[in-house]
Amino acid sequence: MNKKASWFDYMNVLILTLVVVACLYPFIYMTAVSMSGSGPITQGKVWLYPVDFNLDMYRYVFEDGRILTGYKNTLIYVTLGTACSLLVTVLGAYPLSKKQMIFQKPIMLMIVLTMFINGGMIPTFLVVRGLGLLDSIWAMVLPGLISTWNLIIMRTFFLSIPKELEESGKVDGLSEVGILFRIVLPVSKAVIATVGLFYAVGIWNGFMAPMLYLRSDDLYPLQLFLRNIVLSSEMTGSGAPIQGNIVVVEIAMKYAAIIVSTLPILCVYPFLQKYFVNGVMIGSVKG
Amino acid sequence: MRHGILNKKSWIAKVRQDRYLLLLVLPCVLYYLIFKYGPLFGIVIAFKDFNLHRGIWESPWVGLKWFSQFMNSRDFWPVLKNTFALGFMKLLFGFPAPIILALLINEVRHVFFKRFVQTVSYLPHFISNVIAAGIMTMFLSPRNGIINDLISLLGFDRVNFLVEESWFRTIYTSSEIWQHLGWSTIIYLAALSTIDVQQYEAARLDGANRWQTTWNITLPGIAPTVLIILILDIGKVLEIGFEKVYLLATPAVYSKADIISTYVYRVGLSEGNFSYASAIDLFTGLISIIFIISANWASRKINGNSLW
Repeated sequence: MNKKASWFDYMNVLILTLVVVACLYPFIYMTAVSMSGSGPITQGKVWLYPVDFNLDMYRYVFEDGRILTGYKNTLIYVTLGTACSLLVTVLGAYPLSKKQMIFQKPIMLMIVLTMFINGGMIPTFLVVRGLGLLDSIWAMVLPGLISTWNLIIMRTFFLSIPKELEESGKVDGLSEVGILFRIVLPVSKAVIATVGLFYAVGIWNGFMAPMLYLRSDDLYPLQLFLRNIVLSSEMTGSGAPIQGNIVVVEIAMKYAAIIVSTLPILCVYPFLQKYFVNGVMIGSVKG
Repeated sequence: MRHGILNKKSWIAKVRQDRYLLLLVLPCVLYYLIFKYGPLFGIVIAFKDFNLHRGIWESPWVGLKWFSQFMNSRDFWPVLKNTFALGFMKLLFGFPAPIILALLINEVRHVFFKRFVQTVSYLPHFISNVIAAGIMTMFLSPRNGIINDLISLLGFDRVNFLVEESWFRTIYTSSEIWQHLGWSTIIYLAALSTIDVQQYEAARLDGANRWQTTWNITLPGIAPTVLIILILDIGKVLEIGFEKVYLLATPAVYSKADIISTYVYRVGLSEGNFSYASAIDLFTGLISIIFIISANWASRKINGNSLW
Protein backbone atom coordinates (compact mmCIF):
# COMPACT_ATOMS: atom_id res chain seq x y z
CA MET A 1 0.00 0.00 0.00
CA ASN A 2 1.07 3.47 -0.83
CA LYS A 3 1.73 5.20 2.50
CA LYS A 4 3.41 8.31 1.21
CA ALA A 5 1.49 11.48 1.90
CA SER A 6 0.52 13.28 -1.28
CA TRP A 7 -0.18 16.97 -1.77
CA PHE A 8 -3.85 16.04 -1.43
CA ASP A 9 -3.24 14.81 2.13
CA TYR A 10 -1.57 18.07 3.08
CA MET A 11 -4.39 20.12 1.58
CA ASN A 12 -6.95 17.93 3.28
CA VAL A 13 -5.34 18.32 6.70
CA LEU A 14 -5.11 22.05 6.09
CA ILE A 15 -8.80 22.37 5.17
CA LEU A 16 -9.93 20.22 8.09
CA THR A 17 -7.74 22.22 10.44
CA LEU A 18 -9.49 25.36 9.21
CA VAL A 19 -12.84 23.73 9.98
CA VAL A 20 -11.62 22.89 13.48
CA VAL A 21 -10.42 26.45 14.02
CA ALA A 22 -13.73 27.87 12.80
CA CYS A 23 -15.69 25.68 15.20
CA LEU A 24 -13.42 25.97 18.22
CA TYR A 25 -11.82 29.39 18.07
CA PRO A 26 -14.94 31.50 18.78
CA PHE A 27 -15.30 29.73 22.13
CA ILE A 28 -11.63 30.12 22.98
CA TYR A 29 -11.73 33.78 22.03
CA MET A 30 -14.86 34.50 24.06
CA THR A 31 -13.43 32.74 27.09
CA ALA A 32 -10.20 34.68 26.76
CA VAL A 33 -11.93 38.07 26.46
CA SER A 34 -14.36 37.35 29.29
CA MET A 35 -11.44 36.66 31.64
CA SER A 36 -9.23 39.57 30.61
CA GLY A 37 -8.80 43.01 32.06
CA SER A 38 -10.36 45.97 30.26
CA GLY A 39 -6.97 47.48 29.37
CA PRO A 40 -5.72 44.64 27.19
CA ILE A 41 -9.16 44.25 25.59
CA THR A 42 -9.24 47.91 24.51
CA GLN A 43 -5.78 47.64 23.03
CA GLY A 44 -6.86 44.55 21.12
CA LYS A 45 -4.26 42.38 22.80
CA VAL A 46 -6.53 39.44 23.58
CA TRP A 47 -6.56 36.78 20.90
CA LEU A 48 -6.01 33.37 22.40
CA TYR A 49 -5.64 33.45 26.16
CA PRO A 50 -6.71 35.82 28.95
CA VAL A 51 -4.43 38.81 29.47
CA ASP A 52 -4.55 40.42 32.90
CA PHE A 53 -6.58 37.47 34.20
CA ASN A 54 -9.61 38.22 36.35
CA LEU A 55 -13.06 36.79 36.94
CA ASP A 56 -14.85 40.10 37.60
CA MET A 57 -17.14 39.68 34.62
CA TYR A 58 -18.40 36.39 35.95
CA ARG A 59 -19.10 38.04 39.28
CA TYR A 60 -21.12 40.76 37.50
CA VAL A 61 -23.02 38.14 35.51
CA PHE A 62 -24.06 36.29 38.63
CA GLU A 63 -24.83 39.46 40.54
CA ASP A 64 -27.26 40.32 37.76
CA GLY A 65 -30.29 38.48 39.13
CA ARG A 66 -31.62 37.73 35.64
CA ILE A 67 -29.03 35.07 34.88
CA LEU A 68 -29.69 33.26 38.16
CA THR A 69 -33.48 33.36 37.69
CA GLY A 70 -33.05 32.17 34.14
CA TYR A 71 -30.71 29.40 35.22
CA LYS A 72 -33.14 28.24 37.88
CA ASN A 73 -36.13 28.26 35.51
CA THR A 74 -34.21 26.57 32.73
CA LEU A 75 -33.07 23.83 35.10
CA ILE A 76 -36.68 23.24 36.17
CA TYR A 77 -37.91 23.11 32.57
CA VAL A 78 -35.07 20.86 31.45
CA THR A 79 -35.50 18.40 34.32
CA LEU A 80 -39.27 18.25 34.25
CA GLY A 81 -39.53 18.44 30.47
CA THR A 82 -36.90 15.81 29.74
CA ALA A 83 -38.40 13.42 32.30
CA CYS A 84 -41.94 13.78 30.93
CA SER A 85 -40.82 13.66 27.30
CA LEU A 86 -38.65 10.59 27.81
CA LEU A 87 -41.39 8.74 29.67
CA VAL A 88 -44.09 9.40 27.07
CA THR A 89 -41.68 8.69 24.21
CA VAL A 90 -40.61 5.34 25.69
CA LEU A 91 -44.19 4.35 26.49
CA GLY A 92 -45.28 5.30 22.98
CA ALA A 93 -42.34 3.86 21.04
CA TYR A 94 -42.54 0.42 22.64
CA PRO A 95 -46.09 -0.53 21.52
CA LEU A 96 -45.40 1.04 18.13
CA SER A 97 -42.47 -1.33 17.68
CA LYS A 98 -44.94 -4.25 17.92
CA LYS A 99 -46.00 -4.68 14.35
CA GLN A 100 -48.72 -7.16 15.25
CA MET A 101 -50.46 -4.74 17.62
CA ILE A 102 -53.90 -3.61 16.53
CA PHE A 103 -53.99 0.00 15.25
CA GLN A 104 -50.18 0.06 15.06
CA LYS A 105 -50.19 1.05 11.38
CA PRO A 106 -52.81 3.83 11.59
CA ILE A 107 -51.14 5.32 14.67
CA MET A 108 -47.73 5.31 12.95
CA LEU A 109 -49.25 6.94 9.88
CA MET A 110 -50.93 9.56 12.03
CA ILE A 111 -47.59 10.37 13.67
CA VAL A 112 -45.47 10.46 10.51
CA LEU A 113 -48.02 12.67 8.72
CA THR A 114 -47.43 15.44 11.25
CA MET A 115 -43.88 15.76 9.90
CA PHE A 116 -45.36 17.11 6.66
CA ILE A 117 -48.48 18.93 7.72
CA ASN A 118 -48.97 21.17 10.71
CA GLY A 119 -51.33 23.86 11.83
CA GLY A 120 -48.74 26.60 12.01
CA MET A 121 -47.79 29.11 14.66
CA ILE A 122 -51.15 30.79 15.31
CA PRO A 123 -53.47 27.75 15.51
CA THR A 124 -50.93 26.02 17.79
CA PHE A 125 -50.78 29.12 19.95
CA LEU A 126 -54.60 29.11 20.15
CA VAL A 127 -54.63 25.48 21.29
CA VAL A 128 -52.04 26.18 23.99
CA ARG A 129 -54.00 29.24 25.02
CA GLY A 130 -57.29 27.35 24.95
CA LEU A 131 -55.90 24.75 27.32
CA GLY A 132 -54.99 27.51 29.76
CA LEU A 133 -51.28 26.70 29.56
CA LEU A 134 -50.11 30.21 28.73
CA ASP A 135 -47.66 31.64 31.22
CA SER A 136 -47.24 28.43 33.19
CA ILE A 137 -44.49 25.86 33.62
CA TRP A 138 -46.53 23.39 31.59
CA ALA A 139 -46.33 25.62 28.53
CA MET A 140 -42.63 24.66 28.52
CA VAL A 141 -43.36 20.93 28.83
CA LEU A 142 -46.56 19.92 27.05
CA PRO A 143 -46.58 21.62 23.61
CA GLY A 144 -43.20 20.10 22.79
CA LEU A 145 -43.67 16.90 24.75
CA ILE A 146 -42.79 14.56 21.89
CA SER A 147 -40.44 15.09 19.01
CA THR A 148 -41.45 12.78 16.17
CA TRP A 149 -37.82 12.37 15.20
CA ASN A 150 -36.91 11.14 18.71
CA LEU A 151 -39.91 8.83 18.78
CA ILE A 152 -38.81 7.25 15.51
CA ILE A 153 -35.23 6.81 16.79
CA MET A 154 -36.56 5.10 19.91
CA ARG A 155 -38.95 2.88 18.00
CA THR A 156 -36.31 1.82 15.48
CA PHE A 157 -34.06 0.86 18.36
CA PHE A 158 -36.78 -1.21 20.01
CA LEU A 159 -37.40 -2.94 16.68
CA SER A 160 -33.78 -4.05 16.61
CA ILE A 161 -33.97 -5.82 19.98
CA PRO A 162 -34.02 -9.59 19.38
CA LYS A 163 -37.50 -11.10 19.76
CA GLU A 164 -36.09 -14.04 21.76
CA LEU A 165 -35.18 -11.69 24.61
CA GLU A 166 -38.76 -10.54 24.99
CA GLU A 167 -40.14 -14.02 24.58
CA SER A 168 -38.00 -15.27 27.43
CA GLY A 169 -39.73 -12.67 29.58
CA LYS A 170 -43.12 -13.87 28.46
CA VAL A 171 -42.18 -17.45 29.36
CA ASP A 172 -41.30 -16.20 32.85
CA GLY A 173 -44.81 -14.80 33.11
CA LEU A 174 -44.06 -11.08 32.73
CA SER A 175 -46.78 -8.79 31.39
CA GLU A 176 -46.09 -6.41 28.48
CA VAL A 177 -45.39 -3.63 30.95
CA GLY A 178 -43.07 -5.94 32.88
CA ILE A 179 -41.19 -6.83 29.71
CA LEU A 180 -40.76 -3.15 28.86
CA PHE A 181 -39.38 -2.19 32.26
CA ARG A 182 -37.46 -5.35 33.21
CA ILE A 183 -36.06 -6.44 29.85
CA VAL A 184 -36.29 -3.80 27.14
CA LEU A 185 -35.30 -0.68 29.07
CA PRO A 186 -32.15 -2.15 30.68
CA VAL A 187 -30.72 -2.97 27.24
CA SER A 188 -31.74 0.43 25.84
CA LYS A 189 -29.62 2.69 28.03
CA ALA A 190 -27.69 4.09 25.06
CA VAL A 191 -30.73 5.18 23.11
CA ILE A 192 -32.38 6.59 26.23
CA ALA A 193 -29.27 8.67 26.92
CA THR A 194 -29.26 9.91 23.33
CA VAL A 195 -32.92 10.83 23.15
CA GLY A 196 -32.74 12.33 26.63
CA LEU A 197 -29.82 14.51 25.54
CA PHE A 198 -31.72 15.65 22.44
CA TYR A 199 -34.73 16.62 24.54
CA ALA A 200 -32.61 18.32 27.20
CA VAL A 201 -30.58 20.33 24.68
CA GLY A 202 -33.77 21.28 22.84
CA ILE A 203 -35.38 22.63 26.00
CA TRP A 204 -32.18 24.27 27.23
CA ASN A 205 -31.72 26.10 23.93
CA GLY A 206 -35.38 26.77 23.13
CA PHE A 207 -36.21 30.39 22.44
CA MET A 208 -39.38 30.47 20.37
CA ALA A 209 -41.64 28.47 22.73
CA PRO A 210 -40.93 30.60 25.82
CA MET A 211 -41.21 33.76 23.75
CA LEU A 212 -44.63 32.73 22.50
CA TYR A 213 -46.04 31.14 25.63
CA LEU A 214 -44.53 32.95 28.62
CA ARG A 215 -45.45 36.42 29.79
CA SER A 216 -43.97 37.01 33.21
CA ASP A 217 -40.27 37.62 33.84
CA ASP A 218 -40.06 35.30 36.79
CA LEU A 219 -40.87 32.34 34.52
CA TYR A 220 -38.38 33.31 31.81
CA PRO A 221 -35.72 30.75 30.96
CA LEU A 222 -32.07 31.60 30.44
CA GLN A 223 -32.39 32.11 26.68
CA LEU A 224 -34.89 34.96 26.98
CA PHE A 225 -32.72 36.85 29.46
CA LEU A 226 -29.68 36.04 27.41
CA ARG A 227 -31.29 37.63 24.41
CA ASN A 228 -31.86 40.83 26.36
CA ILE A 229 -28.32 40.83 27.69
CA VAL A 230 -26.47 39.77 24.57
CA LEU A 231 -28.49 41.15 21.68
CA SER A 232 -30.74 44.01 22.54
CA SER A 233 -28.32 46.51 24.01
CA GLU A 234 -25.89 46.08 21.15
CA MET A 235 -26.02 49.38 19.31
CA THR A 236 -25.62 48.55 15.66
CA GLY A 237 -26.69 51.85 14.15
CA SER A 238 -24.35 54.72 13.56
CA GLY A 239 -22.76 53.90 16.90
CA ALA A 240 -23.13 56.60 19.50
CA PRO A 241 -19.76 57.64 20.87
CA ILE A 242 -19.42 55.55 23.97
CA GLN A 243 -16.43 55.69 26.29
CA GLY A 244 -13.99 52.99 25.29
CA ASN A 245 -13.88 51.24 28.62
CA ILE A 246 -17.61 50.90 29.11
CA VAL A 247 -18.10 49.33 25.72
CA VAL A 248 -15.32 46.90 26.38
CA VAL A 249 -16.63 45.89 29.75
CA GLU A 250 -20.03 45.41 28.14
CA ILE A 251 -18.62 43.08 25.52
CA ALA A 252 -16.61 41.08 28.04
CA MET A 253 -19.69 40.71 30.18
CA LYS A 254 -21.71 39.49 27.22
CA TYR A 255 -19.08 36.89 26.46
CA ALA A 256 -19.10 35.83 30.10
CA ALA A 257 -22.89 35.44 29.95
CA ILE A 258 -22.57 33.32 26.82
CA ILE A 259 -19.91 31.10 28.36
CA VAL A 260 -21.87 30.66 31.57
CA SER A 261 -25.01 29.61 29.74
CA THR A 262 -23.30 27.29 27.28
CA LEU A 263 -20.88 25.60 29.64
CA PRO A 264 -23.21 22.86 30.89
CA ILE A 265 -23.90 21.66 27.35
CA LEU A 266 -20.27 21.91 26.29
CA CYS A 267 -19.27 19.84 29.33
CA VAL A 268 -21.82 17.11 28.80
CA TYR A 269 -21.66 16.54 25.10
CA PRO A 270 -18.22 14.99 24.57
CA PHE A 271 -19.18 12.20 26.96
CA LEU A 272 -22.42 11.43 25.17
CA GLN A 273 -20.99 11.84 21.70
CA LYS A 274 -20.59 8.17 20.85
CA TYR A 275 -24.22 7.59 21.82
CA PHE A 276 -25.78 10.38 19.85
CA VAL A 277 -23.84 9.60 16.72
CA ASN A 278 -25.45 6.16 16.88
CA GLY A 279 -28.80 7.75 17.59
CA VAL A 280 -28.66 9.88 14.47
CA MET A 281 -27.68 6.86 12.41
CA ILE A 282 -30.53 4.77 13.81
CA GLY A 283 -32.89 7.63 13.01
CA SER A 284 -31.62 7.89 9.47
CA VAL A 285 -32.30 4.22 8.69
CA LYS A 286 -35.99 4.94 8.48
CA GLY A 287 -38.17 2.18 9.92
CA MET B 1 -54.92 -16.06 4.14
CA ARG B 2 -56.03 -14.68 7.44
CA HIS B 3 -56.54 -11.08 6.57
CA GLY B 4 -59.70 -9.88 4.93
CA ILE B 5 -62.63 -8.47 6.77
CA LEU B 6 -62.21 -8.80 10.51
CA ASN B 7 -65.57 -9.38 12.03
CA LYS B 8 -66.59 -7.27 14.97
CA LYS B 9 -65.97 -9.94 17.54
CA SER B 10 -62.36 -10.67 16.64
CA TRP B 11 -61.76 -6.92 16.45
CA ILE B 12 -62.85 -6.49 20.05
CA ALA B 13 -60.89 -9.56 21.06
CA LYS B 14 -57.77 -8.07 19.47
CA VAL B 15 -58.22 -4.78 21.33
CA ARG B 16 -58.73 -6.69 24.56
CA GLN B 17 -55.62 -8.75 23.91
CA ASP B 18 -53.49 -5.64 23.23
CA ARG B 19 -55.10 -3.52 25.93
CA TYR B 20 -51.94 -2.91 27.93
CA LEU B 21 -49.95 -1.91 24.87
CA LEU B 22 -52.77 0.40 23.80
CA LEU B 23 -52.81 1.93 27.25
CA LEU B 24 -49.07 2.61 27.04
CA VAL B 25 -49.35 4.32 23.68
CA LEU B 26 -52.37 6.38 24.78
CA PRO B 27 -50.51 9.46 26.15
CA CYS B 28 -48.54 9.62 22.92
CA VAL B 29 -51.69 9.43 20.78
CA LEU B 30 -53.36 12.07 22.94
CA TYR B 31 -50.38 14.35 22.50
CA TYR B 32 -50.58 14.09 18.72
CA LEU B 33 -54.35 14.57 18.68
CA ILE B 34 -54.26 17.64 20.92
CA PHE B 35 -51.08 19.45 19.91
CA LYS B 36 -50.64 18.33 16.29
CA TYR B 37 -54.12 17.62 14.99
CA GLY B 38 -55.91 20.14 17.21
CA PRO B 39 -54.16 23.07 15.48
CA LEU B 40 -55.15 21.60 12.09
CA PHE B 41 -58.78 22.31 12.94
CA GLY B 42 -57.73 25.79 14.00
CA ILE B 43 -56.73 26.43 10.40
CA VAL B 44 -60.39 27.26 9.67
CA ILE B 45 -59.72 30.66 11.19
CA ALA B 46 -57.83 31.42 7.98
CA PHE B 47 -61.25 31.48 6.31
CA LYS B 48 -62.97 33.35 9.13
CA ASP B 49 -62.84 36.76 10.69
CA PHE B 50 -61.51 35.40 13.93
CA ASN B 51 -62.18 37.22 17.13
CA LEU B 52 -60.64 35.98 20.38
CA HIS B 53 -63.78 36.71 22.37
CA ARG B 54 -66.24 35.10 20.01
CA GLY B 55 -64.14 31.99 19.57
CA ILE B 56 -63.46 29.92 16.48
CA TRP B 57 -66.99 28.70 15.80
CA GLU B 58 -68.84 31.94 16.41
CA SER B 59 -66.60 34.05 14.19
CA PRO B 60 -68.08 34.81 10.75
CA TRP B 61 -66.85 33.17 7.54
CA VAL B 62 -65.02 35.42 5.12
CA GLY B 63 -63.89 32.91 2.51
CA LEU B 64 -60.58 33.73 0.84
CA LYS B 65 -60.51 37.33 2.02
CA TRP B 66 -57.23 36.98 3.95
CA PHE B 67 -55.50 35.13 1.15
CA SER B 68 -56.34 37.80 -1.37
CA GLN B 69 -55.45 40.51 1.13
CA PHE B 70 -52.01 38.91 1.59
CA MET B 71 -51.44 38.48 -2.13
CA ASN B 72 -52.44 42.07 -2.81
CA SER B 73 -50.47 43.56 0.04
CA ARG B 74 -47.23 45.47 -0.35
CA ASP B 75 -45.48 42.93 1.82
CA PHE B 76 -46.35 39.93 -0.33
CA TRP B 77 -43.49 39.98 -2.84
CA PRO B 78 -40.68 41.15 -0.56
CA VAL B 79 -41.58 38.59 2.12
CA LEU B 80 -41.95 35.76 -0.37
CA LYS B 81 -38.77 36.76 -2.17
CA ASN B 82 -36.76 36.93 1.07
CA THR B 83 -38.04 33.55 2.19
CA PHE B 84 -37.19 31.89 -1.12
CA ALA B 85 -33.84 33.65 -1.36
CA LEU B 86 -32.74 32.59 2.13
CA GLY B 87 -34.10 29.09 1.61
CA PHE B 88 -32.35 28.59 -1.71
CA MET B 89 -29.10 30.08 -0.51
CA LYS B 90 -29.15 27.71 2.41
CA LEU B 91 -29.88 24.81 0.07
CA LEU B 92 -27.28 25.84 -2.48
CA PHE B 93 -24.41 26.21 -0.02
CA GLY B 94 -25.61 24.32 3.02
CA PHE B 95 -26.50 21.11 1.22
CA PRO B 96 -23.19 20.25 -0.50
CA ALA B 97 -20.98 21.48 2.36
CA PRO B 98 -21.46 18.48 4.70
CA ILE B 99 -21.02 16.05 1.79
CA ILE B 100 -17.68 17.62 0.94
CA LEU B 101 -16.64 17.63 4.59
CA ALA B 102 -17.63 13.98 4.98
CA LEU B 103 -15.59 13.04 1.90
CA LEU B 104 -12.58 14.93 3.25
CA ILE B 105 -12.88 13.38 6.71
CA ASN B 106 -13.20 10.00 5.09
CA GLU B 107 -9.85 10.44 3.34
CA VAL B 108 -8.00 11.04 6.62
CA ARG B 109 -5.97 8.02 7.64
CA HIS B 110 -4.91 9.30 11.02
CA VAL B 111 -7.65 7.98 13.34
CA PHE B 112 -7.06 10.42 16.17
CA PHE B 113 -7.14 13.47 13.91
CA LYS B 114 -10.30 12.16 12.27
CA ARG B 115 -12.07 11.80 15.64
CA PHE B 116 -10.86 15.19 16.74
CA VAL B 117 -12.20 16.94 13.64
CA GLN B 118 -15.55 15.22 14.03
CA THR B 119 -15.94 15.96 17.73
CA VAL B 120 -15.06 19.61 17.33
CA SER B 121 -17.25 20.13 14.28
CA TYR B 122 -20.38 18.96 16.14
CA LEU B 123 -19.84 21.56 18.81
CA PRO B 124 -21.65 24.57 17.30
CA HIS B 125 -24.74 22.42 16.74
CA PHE B 126 -25.32 22.34 20.48
CA ILE B 127 -25.41 26.06 21.11
CA SER B 128 -28.68 27.96 21.03
CA ASN B 129 -29.79 30.30 18.28
CA VAL B 130 -29.68 33.16 20.75
CA ILE B 131 -26.02 32.50 21.34
CA ALA B 132 -25.26 31.88 17.66
CA ALA B 133 -26.91 35.17 16.76
CA GLY B 134 -25.11 36.84 19.66
CA ILE B 135 -21.74 35.55 18.49
CA MET B 136 -22.41 36.71 14.94
CA THR B 137 -23.52 40.14 16.11
CA MET B 138 -20.57 40.68 18.39
CA PHE B 139 -17.91 39.26 16.11
CA LEU B 140 -19.16 41.39 13.22
CA SER B 141 -19.56 44.54 15.28
CA PRO B 142 -17.86 47.49 13.56
CA ARG B 143 -16.50 48.86 16.84
CA ASN B 144 -14.73 45.96 18.44
CA GLY B 145 -15.80 42.82 16.62
CA ILE B 146 -12.94 40.43 15.99
CA ILE B 147 -13.78 40.11 12.28
CA ASN B 148 -13.57 43.85 11.80
CA ASP B 149 -10.40 43.97 13.90
CA LEU B 150 -8.95 41.45 11.48
CA ILE B 151 -10.17 43.39 8.45
CA SER B 152 -8.60 46.60 9.69
CA LEU B 153 -5.42 44.73 10.64
CA LEU B 154 -5.15 43.65 7.01
CA GLY B 155 -5.47 47.28 6.00
CA PHE B 156 -9.08 47.40 4.77
CA ASP B 157 -11.97 49.55 5.94
CA ARG B 158 -14.24 48.27 8.67
CA VAL B 159 -17.59 47.04 7.37
CA ASN B 160 -20.80 47.63 9.24
CA PHE B 161 -22.14 44.18 8.37
CA LEU B 162 -25.22 44.30 10.56
CA VAL B 163 -26.85 47.39 9.12
CA GLU B 164 -26.02 46.81 5.48
CA GLU B 165 -28.85 44.81 4.03
CA SER B 166 -26.73 43.37 1.26
CA TRP B 167 -24.87 41.38 3.92
CA PHE B 168 -27.85 39.83 5.65
CA ARG B 169 -28.25 36.75 3.47
CA THR B 170 -24.55 35.98 3.55
CA ILE B 171 -24.44 36.34 7.32
CA TYR B 172 -27.50 34.15 7.83
CA THR B 173 -26.34 31.44 5.45
CA SER B 174 -22.81 31.26 6.80
CA SER B 175 -23.99 31.13 10.38
CA GLU B 176 -26.34 28.25 9.49
CA ILE B 177 -23.51 26.38 7.80
CA TRP B 178 -21.16 27.07 10.70
CA GLN B 179 -23.70 25.71 13.17
CA HIS B 180 -24.84 22.57 11.39
CA LEU B 181 -22.02 21.57 9.06
CA GLY B 182 -20.39 18.98 11.33
CA TRP B 183 -23.64 17.57 12.57
CA SER B 184 -24.97 16.97 9.06
CA THR B 185 -21.86 14.97 8.14
CA ILE B 186 -22.85 12.18 10.56
CA ILE B 187 -25.34 10.65 8.14
CA TYR B 188 -22.95 10.84 5.18
CA LEU B 189 -20.10 9.33 7.20
CA ALA B 190 -22.46 6.51 8.15
CA ALA B 191 -23.30 5.98 4.50
CA LEU B 192 -19.59 6.06 3.60
CA SER B 193 -18.79 3.41 6.18
CA THR B 194 -21.16 0.93 4.52
CA ILE B 195 -19.27 0.97 1.21
CA ASP B 196 -17.46 -2.31 0.65
CA VAL B 197 -13.70 -1.83 1.09
CA GLN B 198 -12.98 -4.58 -1.44
CA GLN B 199 -14.29 -2.36 -4.20
CA TYR B 200 -11.51 0.13 -3.47
CA GLU B 201 -8.86 -2.57 -3.42
CA ALA B 202 -10.09 -3.98 -6.71
CA ALA B 203 -10.13 -0.53 -8.27
CA ARG B 204 -6.63 0.23 -7.00
CA LEU B 205 -5.33 -2.99 -8.52
CA ASP B 206 -6.78 -1.82 -11.80
CA GLY B 207 -4.73 1.33 -11.39
CA ALA B 208 -7.45 3.77 -10.34
CA ASN B 209 -6.27 6.87 -8.53
CA ARG B 210 -7.97 8.70 -5.70
CA TRP B 211 -10.16 10.90 -7.87
CA GLN B 212 -11.27 7.95 -9.91
CA THR B 213 -12.22 5.83 -6.90
CA THR B 214 -14.04 8.79 -5.36
CA TRP B 215 -15.92 9.47 -8.57
CA ASN B 216 -16.75 5.85 -9.43
CA ILE B 217 -17.15 4.15 -6.07
CA THR B 218 -17.60 6.63 -3.21
CA LEU B 219 -20.09 8.99 -4.82
CA PRO B 220 -22.36 6.28 -6.28
CA GLY B 221 -22.15 4.58 -2.87
CA ILE B 222 -23.61 7.52 -0.99
CA ALA B 223 -25.93 8.67 -3.78
CA PRO B 224 -29.14 7.20 -2.26
CA THR B 225 -28.48 8.97 1.06
CA VAL B 226 -27.64 12.21 -0.72
CA LEU B 227 -30.89 12.08 -2.67
CA ILE B 228 -33.09 11.40 0.35
CA ILE B 229 -31.52 14.28 2.27
CA LEU B 230 -31.87 16.49 -0.80
CA ILE B 231 -35.60 15.74 -1.06
CA LEU B 232 -36.08 16.50 2.62
CA ASP B 233 -34.09 19.73 2.32
CA ILE B 234 -36.05 20.88 -0.71
CA GLY B 235 -39.25 20.29 1.23
CA LYS B 236 -37.84 22.53 3.95
CA VAL B 237 -36.83 25.43 1.69
CA LEU B 238 -39.65 27.59 3.00
CA GLU B 239 -39.28 26.47 6.59
CA ILE B 240 -36.41 28.77 7.41
CA GLY B 241 -35.84 28.76 11.12
CA PHE B 242 -37.81 31.53 12.74
CA GLU B 243 -35.49 31.94 15.70
CA LYS B 244 -32.25 32.73 13.91
CA VAL B 245 -33.74 35.20 11.44
CA TYR B 246 -35.78 36.88 14.15
CA LEU B 247 -32.71 37.25 16.35
CA LEU B 248 -30.28 38.35 13.65
CA ALA B 249 -32.53 40.90 11.99
CA THR B 250 -32.16 44.54 12.94
CA PRO B 251 -34.65 47.19 11.78
CA ALA B 252 -32.05 48.39 9.29
CA VAL B 253 -32.13 45.14 7.32
CA TYR B 254 -35.86 44.30 7.48
CA SER B 255 -36.19 44.77 3.74
CA LYS B 256 -34.05 41.66 3.26
CA ALA B 257 -34.72 39.85 6.53
CA ASP B 258 -38.49 39.83 6.78
CA ILE B 259 -39.48 36.25 5.96
CA ILE B 260 -42.82 34.49 6.13
CA SER B 261 -42.46 33.17 9.68
CA THR B 262 -41.28 36.45 11.18
CA TYR B 263 -44.03 38.23 9.24
CA VAL B 264 -46.62 35.77 10.59
CA TYR B 265 -45.34 36.37 14.10
CA ARG B 266 -45.47 40.12 13.69
CA VAL B 267 -48.90 40.49 12.14
CA GLY B 268 -50.36 37.52 14.00
CA LEU B 269 -49.18 37.59 17.57
CA SER B 270 -47.82 41.10 17.96
CA GLU B 271 -50.61 42.87 16.10
CA GLY B 272 -53.31 40.36 16.98
CA ASN B 273 -54.39 39.66 13.41
CA PHE B 274 -54.81 35.92 13.93
CA SER B 275 -56.83 35.07 10.82
CA TYR B 276 -54.57 36.91 8.42
CA ALA B 277 -51.46 35.25 9.89
CA SER B 278 -53.03 31.77 9.74
CA ALA B 279 -53.91 32.28 6.10
CA ILE B 280 -50.27 33.10 5.33
CA ASP B 281 -49.11 30.07 7.27
CA LEU B 282 -51.49 27.82 5.38
CA PHE B 283 -50.42 29.33 2.09
CA THR B 284 -46.75 28.51 2.81
CA GLY B 285 -47.59 25.07 4.10
CA LEU B 286 -49.27 24.26 0.80
CA ILE B 287 -46.27 25.49 -1.20
CA SER B 288 -43.97 23.34 0.97
CA ILE B 289 -46.06 20.26 0.34
CA ILE B 290 -46.01 20.94 -3.40
CA PHE B 291 -42.23 21.30 -3.17
CA ILE B 292 -41.64 18.02 -1.38
CA ILE B 293 -44.04 16.09 -3.61
CA SER B 294 -42.37 17.43 -6.76
CA ALA B 295 -38.88 16.72 -5.42
CA ASN B 296 -39.91 13.20 -4.54
CA TRP B 297 -41.50 12.68 -7.93
CA ALA B 298 -38.47 14.05 -9.76
CA SER B 299 -36.11 11.86 -7.80
CA ARG B 300 -38.15 8.73 -8.50
CA LYS B 301 -38.20 9.56 -12.21
CA ILE B 302 -34.47 10.15 -12.34
CA ASN B 303 -33.20 7.11 -10.52
CA GLY B 304 -35.88 5.35 -8.56
CA ASN B 305 -34.97 6.66 -5.11
CA SER B 306 -37.74 8.33 -3.20
CA LEU B 307 -39.14 8.90 0.24
CA TRP B 308 -42.34 7.02 -0.51
